[in-house]
Amino acid sequence: MKSVRQTALDVQNGDASALSVLEESLANIRARNDELNVFLYVDEEGARTAANAIDERVARGENVGTLAGVPVALKDNLCQTNVPTTCSSKILEGWRAPYSATVVDRLLLAGAIPVGKTNLDEFAMGSSTENSAFGPTKNPLDTTRVPGGSSGGSAAAVAADMTPFALGSDTGGSIRQPAALCGLIGVKPTYGLVSRYGLIAFASSLDQIGPLTKTVTDAAMALEVIAGHDPLDSTSLPEPSPSLVAHVDDGVAGKRVGVVRDLIDGADDEVVAAVERAVGVLKEAGATIVELSVPEFRLGLSAYYLIAPAEASSNLARFDGVRYGLRVNADDVTAMMEATRTAGFGEEVKRRIMLGTYALSAGYYDAYYGQALKVRTLTIDAFRRAYQEVDLLLGATTPSVAFEFGSKTADPMAMYLSDVFTIPSNLSGEPAISIPFGTGEAGLPIGVQLLGPGRSEAQLFAGARVLEIADGRP
Amino acid sequence: MTLPDDWEMVVGLEVHTELKTTTKMFCGCANAFGAAPNTNVCPVCLGLPGSLPVLNVRAVELAMAIGSALNSTISPSTFHRKNYFYPDMPKDFQISQYDLPINAGGYLDLPDGSRVSIERAHLEEDTGKSTHLGGSGRIHGADRSLVDYNRSGVPLVEIVSGPDIRSSLQARTYAAELRGILIATGASDGRMEEGSMRIDANVSVRRSREPLGTRCEIKNLNSLRSLVRAIDFEAARQVALLEEGGTVRQETRHWDENLGATSTMRVKEEADDYRYFREPDLVDLVPDQAWQDRVRDGLKPMPAERRAVLTQRLGDPAPALLDALEVVIDLGLDLYVIAALDAGLEADLALARAANEIASDLVHADNLSVESYVATLRMEQSGDLSATQAKSVLVEILANGGEPVSIAQSKGFERLASGALGGIVATLIEENPDEWSRYRDGDEKLAQFFIGQVMKLTKGQANGKEVIAALQARR
Repeated sequence: MKSVRQTALDVQNGDASALSVLEESLANIRARNDELNVFLYVDEEGARTAANAIDERVARGENVGTLAGVPVALKDNLCQTNVPTTCSSKILEGWRAPYSATVVDRLLLAGAIPVGKTNLDEFAMGSSTENSAFGPTKNPLDTTRVPGGSSGGSAAAVAADMTPFALGSDTGGSIRQPAALCGLIGVKPTYGLVSRYGLIAFASSLDQIGPLTKTVTDAAMALEVIAGHDPLDSTSLPEPSPSLVAHVDDGVAGKRVGVVRDLIDGADDEVVAAVERAVGVLKEAGATIVELSVPEFRLGLSAYYLIAPAEASSNLARFDGVRYGLRVNADDVTAMMEATRTAGFGEEVKRRIMLGTYALSAGYYDAYYGQALKVRTLTIDAFRRAYQEVDLLLGATTPSVAFEFGSKTADPMAMYLSDVFTIPSNLSGEPAISIPFGTGEAGLPIGVQLLGPGRSEAQLFAGARVLEIADGRP
Repeated sequence: MTLPDDWEMVVGLEVHTELKTTTKMFCGCANAFGAAPNTNVCPVCLGLPGSLPVLNVRAVELAMAIGSALNSTISPSTFHRKNYFYPDMPKDFQISQYDLPINAGGYLDLPDGSRVSIERAHLEEDTGKSTHLGGSGRIHGADRSLVDYNRSGVPLVEIVSGPDIRSSLQARTYAAELRGILIATGASDGRMEEGSMRIDANVSVRRSREPLGTRCEIKNLNSLRSLVRAIDFEAARQVALLEEGGTVRQETRHWDENLGATSTMRVKEEADDYRYFREPDLVDLVPDQAWQDRVRDGLKPMPAERRAVLTQRLGDPAPALLDALEVVIDLGLDLYVIAALDAGLEADLALARAANEIASDLVHADNLSVESYVATLRMEQSGDLSATQAKSVLVEILANGGEPVSIAQSKGFERLASGALGGIVATLIEENPDEWSRYRDGDEKLAQFFIGQVMKLTKGQANGKEVIAALQARR
C-alpha cells in the first residue's frame, strides 16, 4: 500500500477513492490474515460505511482531514464502539465497549478508516504475541519468527501491507520492539502527550499510545492527529498537539547526540554495528557525538518488572466476572471471582498479577515496590543529567533481530530482556523512536533508537529522518 | 449509662459523609439519591476497562471547607488505591487518600466544653450498594445479590477523630456537632437515614489511668440513637468480658438495631492488607493558597457561633427548650428562630415549629421563607390559627410552597367563635362526667383529654389555650 501521506493526498485530491483504498487493504488482509493471525476482528462493514462517507464528503468539496481515507489497524486494547475489544484475553471475550478511546475518535475526525483490531500479548504483557489467548501472530518478513510484542499484530499489519499505519501501546517497549522486528518506525511519545482514555490499562504510569508506520513523515502525521490535551485523562499534558510534520526535515546539524553504551552493550554484534553506522551518519549530518555511560539504565529492567506488575495487579482486578466479560459460576461470589479469573487469564498475566500483588503487600512493599520507585527516580535523574550534556540519545532498540517462535517462552527472564533498551524511556516518561537501520541475520531488519527529553518529538523525528534517508528510503 | 467501678471507655469515631455535589467524584454522572437502580452510571463509575477518573473540583472545595471548619491544616495531598475485591466496588479498588490526606490534624470544640482532636479528614469515593436476597441475606449464602452502582463514585469525606471520647453521650454530642458543621459548610445534608452520614465507632475500655485496651470497630451506625446504644452495649460487653478474666479480641462488629447488640463481623488477626499505592491515573492535589483562602472566606458561621448568638437572644433558655435549640442549630434553622424572636414571638413557639415542622421536611426548607414562617407563627400566637392549623400550614408550604394567609383560607381555617367553644366544652363535660370530676379534683393531665376531644369535634380549629381557659372557667 502507499504511504499514509500519499494515500491521504490521493483521497483528498480525488485521485483515489477511500473505498478503493479500503478494498486494497481488505484484500491484503484476506490474502494473509489466516496465515499470519494479525487481525482478531475485521470490521468490513463499518470501514466501508466510513470510507463511503469520506468519498461523499470529497465529492461535496469538504475538508476531509489529514488522514482522509487512510485505513488504520488498532491494537485490541483500544476501545472502539460496535466492535469487540478483547486485549487478546479470554476474560474479555464477547465484550463490546460502549465508548471509543479518545485516539479512535481523533482518528475518525481526521478521516482515517479503522479496519479492525489487532492481536497482542494478553493485556499487552509480552514481547512476542506468544502470550495471546488467540494464538501468536507471525512475522510477515519470516513466518518462523515472532513479530515482537506486545503490539505484534499492529506491527505485522503494517509490515504485511494490510494497512498503511497502525496504533499500538508501549509500556516497556511494546511499540518500538515490534517496530524494530518488523522493519517499521515505532514511536513511544512523551507520557501525557497522547490521551490514554479508552486504552485498557496495563501499567497506567508507563502506558502510552503511539503509531507504527513505514516512514518517519507518516509517523509524524499520525502522532499529530492523536496527540494533544484530553480533559478525560488527568495525566494528559495541558498543551495542544505539537507541530511535527513541519519539522521532519530539520536535520541534526549542530545537535549533540549522546551514544549510550548502556543502550548498546549486550546486543548482538550486527545490532552494535548498525548503531555504530548510525553514529557515523548523524556525525556526517552535522551532529556532535558524545560517548555517554548511564549505568542507571541497567537497573531499569528490575524496577520495571516490579512497577508494571504492581499497577497491573490493581488494574486487572476489575475483571472479576461480576459486570462483564467471562463469568464462571461457582457457589458464592468469592468462588465465582476465583473461578473466573483462573479460567480467564493466561499464564503470563497470572504471573505478573502475583508478582505485583506480592510487591505491594505489607511487609514487602518497601523492599520491592518502594525500592523500584527509588530506581525510577534515579533513572529520571540520570536522563536529566544526560540531557544537560546532549540533545538526543542513541542506542539499540532490541538486542537482536526477530527471534524464532518458542525460543524464549520457556524462560520469562530471557523474554523480559528483550525490553532492556526500551524500558528506561517508559520509566522516565520521555519519548523515544525506533527506526529500521540496515539488516542482520537472514536479512531481517535491525532497529536503532533515538531518545529525547519530554516533548522533544519534533527533534526525534528530524533525527530519524536523517537515518531513514541514509538507509535508502528518501 | 455508666460503667461499673473505675472502668472508662475510650472511643474514636470515623464519620463518612457524602458530599452534596451535583456530579460524582470522578465523572459527570448525577450524585442523586433515590434514582432507579443503575441509571446514574457511566464507563468511569462502572470502572469499565479503559475509563479514567477526572477529579471533581467542587468535591475538593467541600473537603477543604470541612477541614477549615475543623481547624485542620489543608495540605498538598495525593490519591491512593485501596485494593480489595468486593462486587459493589466496580474497579475492585477504591480511590482514597492515604499518607497525605487533604486535611491533616485539627479539633472540634463541643458545646459541653470538651475538645475532641481530629486526626484527618480525607477524600474518597463511595462504593455501590449491594442487596442480598434469600438464604442467609448476607453476601455469602444469599440466593442472589443485586448491585446498584448509582452510589459508586459519589464523593465522600472521612473524618477520623482521635480516641478522645469518654462516653456515649459525648460521642452523640460530637456526632451532632459535626453534623451541624457539615450542614453549615454546605458539604452534606446530614441525613443519616439516607446514609449520607455514616459512623464507625472504635470502642475500647480500660481501668482509669491504665494503657489503652484492645479496640473493636462497630461498623455503619446510621443514627445518633444507634450510636449511643451501640457504644454503651459494646463498652459493657468488653467490661463484662474482662471482669470474667477474658480478653477482648480486635475485630469488626456489626450493630443489630433490633437485638440491641453487637456481633462479630470479621476478626482482625492483623491489619487488613489493602496494598495501597499511589493512584497513577490522578495527579497530585495541591490547592494553592488563594484557593484555600477563597474557601475559608466563603464559610458561613459554624454551629458554635450560631449557638452562642441564639442562646444570648433567648436569655437563659429553659431546660425544656434545649433539645429544640440543638436541633435548630444542628440543622441550621436558627435564622427562622431569630426572625421570629425579632418579630416578638414567644421563644418556645419560635423554637418548636422550626425544630419539629421544618426539621421534619428539611429537604424542602427552601420552600419556606423566613417571612412566611414569622407570619404563620404570628397568626398562631394571636389565635387566628390553632396550633394544629399552624402546623398544617407550615407542612403545606414546605411541601408545595405558597403564602400562609391564602393557604389558611384555602384550607378553610377560620378562627372558632369563642361562643361556640363554650358550647362544645359544656357538651363534653356533660358526656364525660368521670374525666371532668377528676380534672376538677386537680388532675391536670385531663386537660389534654378535653383539648383532644375539642380538636376532634372542631377539626383542629380550636386554640388549645382557649380550651383550657374555658375549662378553667367552669372548674
